[in-house]
Amino acid sequence: MSFENLVQNPVLVLPWIVLLLPLLGFVVLCLFGDGIKRDKEENGAGILATALVLVSFALSVVVFRGLQAVQPLDGLRFVQPYLGFEWIDVASFRISMSLLVDPLSALMTLVVTGVGGLIHVYSLGYMAHDEERVRYFSYLNLFTFFMLLLVLGGNLALMFVGWEGVGLCSYLLIGFWFKKKSASDAGNKAFIVNRIGDVGLILAMALAFQTFGTLDSFELVENAKNLAYEPIAQAGVVTAICLLLFLGACGKSAQVPLHVWLPDAMEGPTPVSALIHAATMVTAGVYLVARLAPLFRLSEGAMLAVAWVGGITALVAASIALVQTDIKRVLAYSTVSQLGYMFLACGIGAFGIGVFHVFTHAFFKALLFLGSGSVIHALSGQQDMRVMGGLRTRIPVTFWTFVVGTAAIAGIPWLAGYFSKDEILLNALVRERLPLFWLGLFTALLTAFYMSRLLFMTFFGSFRGDQEAEAHLHESPWSMLAPLVILAAACFYVGQLPVNAFLAPALRSPDELELASPWWFHQVVIGVAVAGILGAFLIYVVYSGLSSRIYSALRPLNRVLESKYGFDLVYDGFASGVVVEGSRRVLWQRVDIAAIDAAVDGVGRLVDGVARATRVLQTGLVRAYALVILGGTVALLGYLLWSPR
Amino acid sequence: MAALEQLLRLVLSEAFLFYVFSGLAVASALGVVLQSNPVHSAFSLIVTFCSLSAIYGLLGAPFIAVLQIIVYAGAIMVLFLFVLMLLNVKREAPRAGRALAAAALLLGLLFAVQVGTTLSGPGLTPAAGYDASTQAFARQLFSPRFVYVFEATSILILAALVGAVVVAKKEP
Amino acid sequence: MTIPLEHALLLSTALFAIGVVGVFLRRNVITVFMCIELMLNAVNLAFVGFSRATGNLDGQILVFFVMTVAAAEAAVGLAIVIALRRQKDTLDLDAFSSLRW
Repeated sequence: MSFENLVQNPVLVLPWIVLLLPLLGFVVLCLFGDGIKRDKEENGAGILATALVLVSFALSVVVFRGLQAVQPLDGLRFVQPYLGFEWIDVASFRISMSLLVDPLSALMTLVVTGVGGLIHVYSLGYMAHDEERVRYFSYLNLFTFFMLLLVLGGNLALMFVGWEGVGLCSYLLIGFWFKKKSASDAGNKAFIVNRIGDVGLILAMALAFQTFGTLDSFELVENAKNLAYEPIAQAGVVTAICLLLFLGACGKSAQVPLHVWLPDAMEGPTPVSALIHAATMVTAGVYLVARLAPLFRLSEGAMLAVAWVGGITALVAASIALVQTDIKRVLAYSTVSQLGYMFLACGIGAFGIGVFHVFTHAFFKALLFLGSGSVIHALSGQQDMRVMGGLRTRIPVTFWTFVVGTAAIAGIPWLAGYFSKDEILLNALVRERLPLFWLGLFTALLTAFYMSRLLFMTFFGSFRGDQEAEAHLHESPWSMLAPLVILAAACFYVGQLPVNAFLAPALRSPDELELASPWWFHQVVIGVAVAGILGAFLIYVVYSGLSSRIYSALRPLNRVLESKYGFDLVYDGFASGVVVEGSRRVLWQRVDIAAIDAAVDGVGRLVDGVARATRVLQTGLVRAYALVILGGTVALLGYLLWSPR
Repeated sequence: MAALEQLLRLVLSEAFLFYVFSGLAVASALGVVLQSNPVHSAFSLIVTFCSLSAIYGLLGAPFIAVLQIIVYAGAIMVLFLFVLMLLNVKREAPRAGRALAAAALLLGLLFAVQVGTTLSGPGLTPAAGYDASTQAFARQLFSPRFVYVFEATSILILAALVGAVVVAKKEP
Repeated sequence: MTIPLEHALLLSTALFAIGVVGVFLRRNVITVFMCIELMLNAVNLAFVGFSRATGNLDGQILVFFVMTVAAAEAAVGLAIVIALRRQKDTLDLDAFSSLRW
């Protein structure tokens, strides 16, 4: 594929344009941003950034359509637009500047640009009064570029550039209000925990290159597919690669034990939470696993690990969400929990369903976050649910869209989450992974409960805040409400799309898409969701005193949940205890001062000592020197004449 | 009569004269080293040079023999004596420390043995037709082989002259 | 009776060794110089001996040059001695030890 081909066939050039438009936005805003923002009210920078992303979205729809027109190869429609040159070309190591456009990446592109575009629109309203909004929009555009590079990259190296880039943008955006210490700390935490996962990813890339000789996504998948029919002499290597990849995914997608950064990441602006920590960046881990699905299928051990880590994360996060009082933290833990579901699905072999859940989750989670942002905006910055209440009459649009989002995540029929989550549980049941099935079912109960709790505490009952806040209550501007409405409408629609079938060729899924469900299945699942909602309704709306009584009755459990199972304590202890103290006592004092400095000083002292000892020869007496010369001559002659030959 | 002739023949033979003069040379050399008055050492050195000159003559090098007297005994030693008188050098203080003396003697002996070992070997018999007259000497000296070196020594002497004047000059 | 070469060389060695020992034993600079001249003469003797033994005049020509150099060296050396005496008013070799550490 050369540059000429790019121009002739639009499907080949459009992906590059989709990718580079947000980058262009970033560059322009960096260079000219302050000029565009002429006075306090104008939002030229934001409008430019939003427009570029929306154009990218339009073009990605065209690409999507264009993909349908491509001749399928083995049932798979794909193109690999190639810029015509290599990034690295050393011996056998070649990284081409090429993208991979297939159903999986096209779908992800639509999500990133579509939901991302809506969030840009929302940000126009949310950040309208912020002094630094130019910087904000430049970061948002940069993030969009990197996320697109991640999903469109044709090889693991380009994907890794995108991976690292979104990590960087996450740091920049979480710590956007960097003057606040908790925000900059949260940014650091996110980046550092991500980095721990990235070690796994880098090692996996190296191992993959060594085993398969290529980092190209398409070739890796083909190699894996071919390996399936041969006795796998290198099964250990494949498991190692998959586990290391999953480690990277855990870091980026906040799975236990690397989940600790996501709740803290709520320090960033709410649209950032919606985009990065709900709809797109955190799903990069799932994308990675799905992209290399055939590789994972070769390793039972890795699949087991993925499924169980996902399942346990889902449960742990859901349980912590039960006791959170900050509206955004509930949603953060909810995101972690739903990501756990996605990995559970991948781990049991239903990769397509996992990506389907990514797809639906993007919509309803973005909706929930943006809705919470609207609530926070209405309350002028208040995020604690304990001083909210009764808002459904004051901010009705926000309320009704939030209801749609809550219903979607709880799994109410016909809404988005119902279809994807149901499929996951059905797969667990039918593939006879019963412990995981019960785990998932119980977590679904918890999910319905805590989300309803959030809904009821925020919007029902009477307002628990103070007079001044009540006076300022107001609905958000249309720039913020319009995306909410669009996303709510989408929640009704996207669940019914045949995403799994669409993705099957890309994921090389074997043909067993239609699963027969037992007669009781749907009833049970719906019943669980309703039970959760009803329970929350009873505790938080009808009998309002019941919540505090239950709380005091379950004290010890509450303490465990509120301390988030002690993860942060352990990490902090390790970091400050082992790393910091250890560095100081051992590495600094023992190794650096005592050993290395002593060695270097010792050399100096040695030279000094030797010099002191030998300078006695410099007597200044000529005759002594002459004697030494004579002595030397005698010695030399003696050696020449009398040494044994 | 025959015994006297025998004696004379012996006394005037090359070898005998050689041993006599070499003994004289060694004795006066020891005198140079062992005498405490520098002027006495200088005189001893003159005696050494003269005996060496005689030995050169015995070895069939007349030109060198004469040169030895003219240059060494006649010029260099005169210079030495001149400086000694100028600086009014007195009797010297007692010699160097025991340790130094012992070390010097030991090393000197060892050195002598080594040099001697080096130089001893199958002796070369003197070649016949050995012409060492002044004319032959001059013919060799001014041959293309040595004439440049010869001219260079004149520059050397000039440099020495200038250097000596400069070094010994009194600062104004 | 011709003089065997070894005897001439032996004499040369002896004179040279005496000169060497003299350099160490004497404290007066000028006396040390004289011992150096003694060493040079010993070398001259060796040259002449070899010249006679090989029948080649090169040895004697070298002696010629050695003498020239010795003369030049003596001149300059004594000039230095005079300068030293002017500095320190003594000719004791041990007094000139300012290059000590």
